[in-house]
This record gives sequence, C-alpha cells and structure tokens, in this order.
Amino acid sequence: MNTKKTTFNNRLLPYLLLAPQLFITLVFFIWPAGQAVKSSFEREDPFGLSTVFVGLLHYQRLFEDPNYLSALSRTAVFAVSVTALSMILGLAFAAAVDRLMRSGKIYTTLLVWPYAVAPVVAGVLWWFLFNSTTGLMPFFLEKIGIHWDHDLNGTQAMILIIIAAAWKQVSYNFLFFLAGLQSVPQSLMEAAAIDGSGPVKRFFTISLPLLSPTTFFLFIINVNYTMFDTFPIVDATTVGGPAQATTTLVYKVYQDGYLGLNLGSSSAQSVLLMMIVMVLTFVQFRYVERRVQY
Amino acid sequence: MVENRPFLTFLTHAFLILGFLVVALPVYVAIIASTHDIATLMSGPVPLLPGSHFLENYRQILTSASAANGLPNYSHMALNSLIMAVAIVIGKISISILSAFAIVYFRFPFRQLAFWIIFVTLMLPVEVRIMPTYKIVADLGMLNSWAGLTVPLIASATATFLFRQFFMTIPDEMLEAARVDGAGPMKFFRDILLPLSRTNIAALSVILFIYGWVQYLWPLLVTTDPGYYTLMMAMKRMVTVQDGVIEWQLVMAASVLAMLPPILIVIFMQRLFIRGLTETEK
Repeated sequence: MNTKKTTFNNRLLPYLLLAPQLFITLVFFIWPAGQAVKSSFEREDPFGLSTVFVGLLHYQRLFEDPNYLSALSRTAVFAVSVTALSMILGLAFAAAVDRLMRSGKIYTTLLVWPYAVAPVVAGVLWWFLFNSTTGLMPFFLEKIGIHWDHDLNGTQAMILIIIAAAWKQVSYNFLFFLAGLQSVPQSLMEAAAIDGSGPVKRFFTISLPLLSPTTFFLFIINVNYTMFDTFPIVDATTVGGPAQATTTLVYKVYQDGYLGLNLGSSSAQSVLLMMIVMVLTFVQFRYVERRVQY
Repeated sequence: MVENRPFLTFLTHAFLILGFLVVALPVYVAIIASTHDIATLMSGPVPLLPGSHFLENYRQILTSASAANGLPNYSHMALNSLIMAVAIVIGKISISILSAFAIVYFRFPFRQLAFWIIFVTLMLPVEVRIMPTYKIVADLGMLNSWAGLTVPLIASATATFLFRQFFMTIPDEMLEAARVDGAGPMKFFRDILLPLSRTNIAALSVILFIYGWVQYLWPLLVTTDPGYYTLMMAMKRMVTVQDGVIEWQLVMAASVLAMLPPILIVIFMQRLFIRGLTETEK
C-alpha cells in the first residue's frame, strides 16, 4: 500500500482521524460478525439461560434441510435470471444510445431514473401491475390463455420478483455499459467500417470483446445486488411465499432469525452468506481491480 | 457514428422509445391508479386514463393518512426519511474523508491493519449480520432513536476508497508548499483538501442520499415507534391489511410521493449522479 512521499509527522492525530470510522466498524460490523460466527457453533436453551457448544451441528443440519437446499437453488435461479435479464437489456439500451450521439443524452435521462426507485416501491409497483384483481397484466395474460395468480403459483411469484428486481437494475447496467462503449476507440470502428463490416458485426466483433472487463464487473455487482439488496422486494410483495417459493437465502436468515428466533441456524446461515460475499468481493478485486494496488 | 444508415437510426430510436415506455409502465400505472377511487380500481383492471380523485387521494395521504394502519401521516414520515438520508450522507462523508486523510497523509503503526478493518465492511452487508447487529443496538439502548437508525449504517469502505484514490492524485508539491507556509495537518485539510474535494463530495452525496432514502430492512428492525417510521416502512404496512381491501389508490399515491425526491435528484443532478455512481462502485 503506497503513501505520499511527503507526509505529516504526527503521532496521535492519525488515530484520532481514524477513530470514528474504526469505532463504528468494530462495534457494528466486526463484533456482530464475530457474534454470528460464535453463535453458529452454539445452541441456546429455550429460556436463553445457557449455551452449549455444538460444533458444526447447525451447518450439518442446514445441508440436510431440504428447505435450505431449495432456498439455495432458488436464490441461484433468481440471481442468474435477474443478472442476465438486466444485463442484456442494459447492454441493448447502451448500444442503442451509443449509436445516437446527439440525442443520446435525452435517452440517458429517460432510462436512468429507475435506479433511484426504492426496491420496496419497485416491488409494490410490479405487484400492483400483476395483482389478480386490479392488475393490468393478468387481464392481458388471461386473453392469451395464461391464468396469473402469484399468490398460489410459486413459479409466477418468482417471475414477479425477477421482473421487479431486474427492472430496478437495468439503469445501473445501462450506465456502466454506456461508459464502456464510449471508451471504445473511434479509430477501431472506422477501420472496421472501411473494411466493410456493418454496425451489427462491429458490435459483436469489436465492442463486445472490449466490454468484457465491464461485463465481468457488472456480473459480480449484479449477483451481489440480487442476493442482498432485493430483500425489500420479497418482503413487501410475496413475503417469501407461496409455500416458500420466493424465500431467498437472505430472506430465510431474516425469517429464521428475527421472526422464528432460531438463532443458531440463522447465524450459521449468516456465516455461509458472509463467505459468499467474501468470495464475490475477492473475485471482484482480484480480477477486476488488478490495476489498483492497496 | 461511422456511416449514415437512416433506417438503422430509425430502428434505434424506435427501440429506445419502446424501451422507455416499458420501463416507465409501472410508474405510469401507479400515477393513474392514484387518481381513481377504490371502487374503480377493484372493479377490474386499472383504467389507462386519469380519474378525478387526484386531489382527494393525495390530500388524504398528506394529512390524515392511514390512521387505520397505525401510520403517521405522509409528511411526518417523509421528514423522517429525509432526516435519515441526510444524517447518513453527512455521517458517511465525514468519517470516510477523515480516515482517508489519515491513511494517505500519515505514516503510523497499524496503518495497514486499519485499512483492512475498513475494507472488511464491504463484505458485511446488514442483511447478513442482522441478528447480532440488532442485538448490539438493542443492548446499547439505541432502538427507536436517530442514532440507532443511522450510526450503524454510516461506515463505508467505498467512500473511504474514493477519497483515498482522489487524494493520491493531488500532487505532493501541494503538501510541501503548505508545509513551507507553516500549515499544520488540519489547516492543510481544511484549506486545501476539502475545497479540492468539493465535486467528489457532491457526487458522493447524491448517491448516498438515494442509499439513505431507500433503506428498508434496518429501519424496519430498529424502530417500533411510529414517530420514527420512514416512508419505505409505510409501503409495506399499507399493503399488509389483515381484513378488508388494500386501499390501492392511497398505496399508489404514497409510492409516487416516495419515488419523487430521489428520481428528481437523479434527473436534475445527472452529471453528479453518474459520476458518484461510477466512482463509488469501483
């Protein structure tokens, strides 16, 4: 980690400057994380009077629990669908805006604002749109022979939260893809055009390969987003149901811990989630931020 | 554009306009629904044209609101959301600019360790450590308080990295000149670093304001006193009706009002917003 060549010589001051952030980090991040690890190895009696060390019992139970395993695969389906949907749409919008240099600014404004919509509001809006009594979508779906009821049909409930989560994330991917496309050297495009390749071919043979670092970065960020930031969408619309069809891993931690008060299991789940974030963060920094030296 | 292809340009425009219409659809429907009465909404799919209950619905939300759900009125909750968002902006920026200053401009034992402790916060989203964090906040007696709502959310590794990256680009001569002139560290910070960081601070504020405004899980856990309810919590309470019908026209009016401030910020401060977004996430 590098510093300035010239620095201030002061013994106490740097610690004072760091104190507020370190204090908050230790008290509200490191300590609770440590507590989660600790209680994932313990079992508390029903009255909270004594705790027993139970080793890996909670972890073992989790991996034998069909509910947890299905939450795991469901979360994977959810994360991959949202990431794919919002990245493909974001890229398509970015490629279109990039083509129209003059009017691009207006379209950027028209497309970026969903970023600012709270996940819970996004959830409620799409829920309303798909609501079986009042919604617009079931009305149209009925005409083409699809009966929509996400209160009973788990797959439809999953589709609902995928749409709501992807809708909110498109603008984010769009901005990053647009920035990536605009940094593609114009001379490459001109050379390819002189060689006779059309816009579509240029996009797939020049722009897309050059976008691969952006794509990888966005992939990690999007997976992280779907896993952790979509809690409000699930909580406000499907509440994990019907029959757990939309219970993602994060939602299960909340259900088992905060609502079910099953501390040991919830802590073990938290620890597993922390490991997932660690891997994602590590991959992001290792492969995406290689040029940055900390 | 390398060559002129009018038809492709036309298609591109058509695609973007269609895309915008699809993206805007749920918001359009929400605005329309907020102008109808509940009878119209319950009698079939939402009409596509505005109704005549616009003033009535918004007045109800802004003044009496949903007393039935035990919620205070919208303006009170909007004020709470605003206080929470602003406190998070100020808190995050001030602690992270100070720690970035310490890490870049001083050499001291445990500097590396301090940096890694801050770095670790990236890996501990609140969703992951909810139970123990909730317990600590409860033990500290911070439930139902502004401190409990905001302080646990204000540590930010990304903001610290952003300021650190920016400070690294400031030429060393600045510091040397300041030292020749006899300026101490805090004077250098106040008179040179802070003014130079103005755009970064502004860009970061836009992003952090949105981050604070849309917080959901944390306020839900920490507050049980309606006096501290934020708009985001209200959204859920308004749609969780035990018996009777959801008052969709009010829910949609509340959604529109809850969306408005951050969307306006994004639209009117687009340059700062994009800058803040691209810089903090990297």
